[in-house]
Amino acid sequence: MKLLTLKKVITVSLLLILLLLMVIILSVMVGSVRVDPLRSIIILFQSLFGIKGTETEMERTIILSLRFPRALLAGLVGAGLSVSGVIFQALLRNPLADPYILGVSSGSAVGAIIAILIGLSTLSFGLPLASFAGALITIALVFYFGKQEGKIHPNILLLAGVITGSFLSAIIMFFLSISQKEELHTIIFWLMGDFGFANPRSIGIVLPYIVVGFFVLYYQSRHLNLILSGEESALQLGVNVERLKIVSYLCASLITAASVSLCGLIGFVGLIIPHSARLLFGPDHRLLLPASALIGASFLIASDTFARTILAPVELPVGVITAAFGGPFFIYLLRKRKVVKTL
Amino acid sequence: MIDLRSVSFRYRQDWVLQDISLRIERGEFIGVIGPNGSGKSTLLKTLCRLLSPQKGEILLDITSLKEMSQREIARKIAVVPQEAYSLFPFRVIEMVLMGRSPYLGHLMFEGARDFEIAKKAMDWTETLSISERFVDELSGGERKRVFIARALAQEPEIILLDEPTANLDIHHQIDFLDLILSLNREKGLTIVMASHDLNIASEYCDRLILLRGGRIYKIGPPREVITRENIEEVYGCRVWVDENPVSGMPRISLLRKGVD
Repeated sequence: MKLLTLKKVITVSLLLILLLLMVIILSVMVGSVRVDPLRSIIILFQSLFGIKGTETEMERTIILSLRFPRALLAGLVGAGLSVSGVIFQALLRNPLADPYILGVSSGSAVGAIIAILIGLSTLSFGLPLASFAGALITIALVFYFGKQEGKIHPNILLLAGVITGSFLSAIIMFFLSISQKEELHTIIFWLMGDFGFANPRSIGIVLPYIVVGFFVLYYQSRHLNLILSGEESALQLGVNVERLKIVSYLCASLITAASVSLCGLIGFVGLIIPHSARLLFGPDHRLLLPASALIGASFLIASDTFARTILAPVELPVGVITAAFGGPFFIYLLRKRKVVKTL
Repeated sequence: MIDLRSVSFRYRQDWVLQDISLRIERGEFIGVIGPNGSGKSTLLKTLCRLLSPQKGEILLDITSLKEMSQREIARKIAVVPQEAYSLFPFRVIEMVLMGRSPYLGHLMFEGARDFEIAKKAMDWTETLSISERFVDELSGGERKRVFIARALAQEPEIILLDEPTANLDIHHQIDFLDLILSLNREKGLTIVMASHDLNIASEYCDRLILLRGGRIYKIGPPREVITRENIEEVYGCRVWVDENPVSGMPRISLLRKGVD
C-alpha cells in the first residue's frame, strides 16, 4: 500500500519543475525573429548571472525583454487558471466547473472592453487594471447574490454566477455590436486570450495574487480532499467548512481575476489541466495542486510558443491553440483512464 | 456521557425537535425510531453539531457541544453516513485515512501511527483485502464497512448511524449490525442509531427512543417501547407485536387492511 507522503509530493514537484524549465528554455529559443537557439540559451543564462556577452542589443532585447518575460507570464497564468480550476471543481462538486464558471471572466471582459473602447488600453496598465476591476466587481456581486443566511450553497452560488455571467455576456454583445472594426479585432483577440496584450512589467503585479493564492489554497489541501465527499461529511471530520469555502472561493476567484486581466480569456486550461493532473496523480489535493500548477504552466508556455511561431510572423491568439491541442489530448487521456488509474 | 437538556431545534418556522431531554450512558446501544419527519435524523445531526439547537444544550461529558471546536467533536463522535460519494474517487485506504483528519494539522501527511490505526480499523471491519480498490467501485455493503472503518479511524467514543441498513439485503444487514454490536460490546463504543426497521432496532438496541412530531413519546428498553399500543398510536397503522421465538425480543408483524 503506497501512501501519499511529503517525499512523493516533493519528488513529483521537482520533476515537473524540471519539465517546466525545459519548456521555458525551448520557448526562449524559438520565435518569429531568428536568433540562434544555442545563443539564446547562452544569453539567457549569462544575464541570469549578470554577465554581458557578445550578443547584439537586439538579440538581448528579444530574449530578455520579450521572450523570457512572456514565458514567465504564460507560466504564471497557466498555473493560476489550473489551480483555480481544481478548486472550483472541488467546491462546486462539479467536474465541468472551470475558473470562468462564476462569471469572473465575463466581468473582466466587460472591464477590458470598456477600456479598449474608451482608449484606456493605450495606457501601460489600463487594460489589466480595468479588467481586474471588472472581475472584482463581478466576484463581489456573485457572492452577494449567492449567499443565503450567511452561508454559501454551491448550487445557489453556481446559479448566481451563471446568471451574472449571462447578463454580462449581453453587455459584451452590446459593446461588440457598437464597436468599430479596429477595436473589434482587439476585443476579439482579448476574448480569445492572447499574450500579445501582456506588459512584461505586469508580472510583478499578478505574481503576488497567484503565489499567495496558491499557498493559501495549499494550506487547505487536506481539507479540500474531505469536502469532495460532501460538506456534511467534511464537517463531521472536523473541518470548518464555511471558512474553508469562503477562503477557497475567494482565493480561486482572485487568482482567476489576476490571470485573466493580463491576457484575456484563455479557455480550456482551467478545465482540462485539473482533470489531466487528476488522472495522472490522483485526486489528493496535496499532490494535485502543485502538479496542476506546474503542468498548467508548462502547457500554457508551450501553447503560447506554438501560437507565436506556427504562422510566424502572424501571431495567433493562444486560446486557439489551447483549445485545439487541449481538447483532443484530453479526450485521449479520458480514453486511457483505466490505464492511468492503475499507475 | 451525552446529556441533552430540553433541546429544541427548528429549520425555519416549525420546531422539528421540541424539548428533548435525555441522557445517553457510556457504552449504550441506543436506537432512535419514529415515523418519517419525527425528527430522527435531526436529532442525530444535533448530536454531532451539524445542526445547533436554538434552545437547550447538549453536554458531552461535562462540556457543552457549543464550546467545542468541530475538530474536538470529531475526535469524540464519528458519523457513519448513509451514503457518501466522493466527486473524484479515492481508494479505500485513502478514505479510511481521512478519519485521521481530526488529529492532523493543516499541512500534515498521515504518518506510520495513523496508518497503523487505519489498518486496525480495516482489519476489524474486514476491509483490508479491498484497501486498494476505489470506493465508488465497491458494493453497497462493502462501502458501508469502509465508512465504519473511517469512523473507527477517528478513534471516537460515540458512533452515530443514520439508517445504516437502508439498501442492504438481509444478509448484509445482519453482518453490518453484528459488526456494530461487536464495536459496542467489545470496544465499549457508544452507539446511537436511527432506524426505520423496528425489528432490527428491537433485536440490537439496549434502549429505544420513540419520537413523535419532534418529541419523545416513549423511551426505554425495547420491551417497553415496542408495544402494539405505542406503535399503532405513533405510526398510525395496525401492527401485531409478539416475541421473536428465538431471541425473545419484541417482534413486529405488519397487517394489511382486512386482515384480522
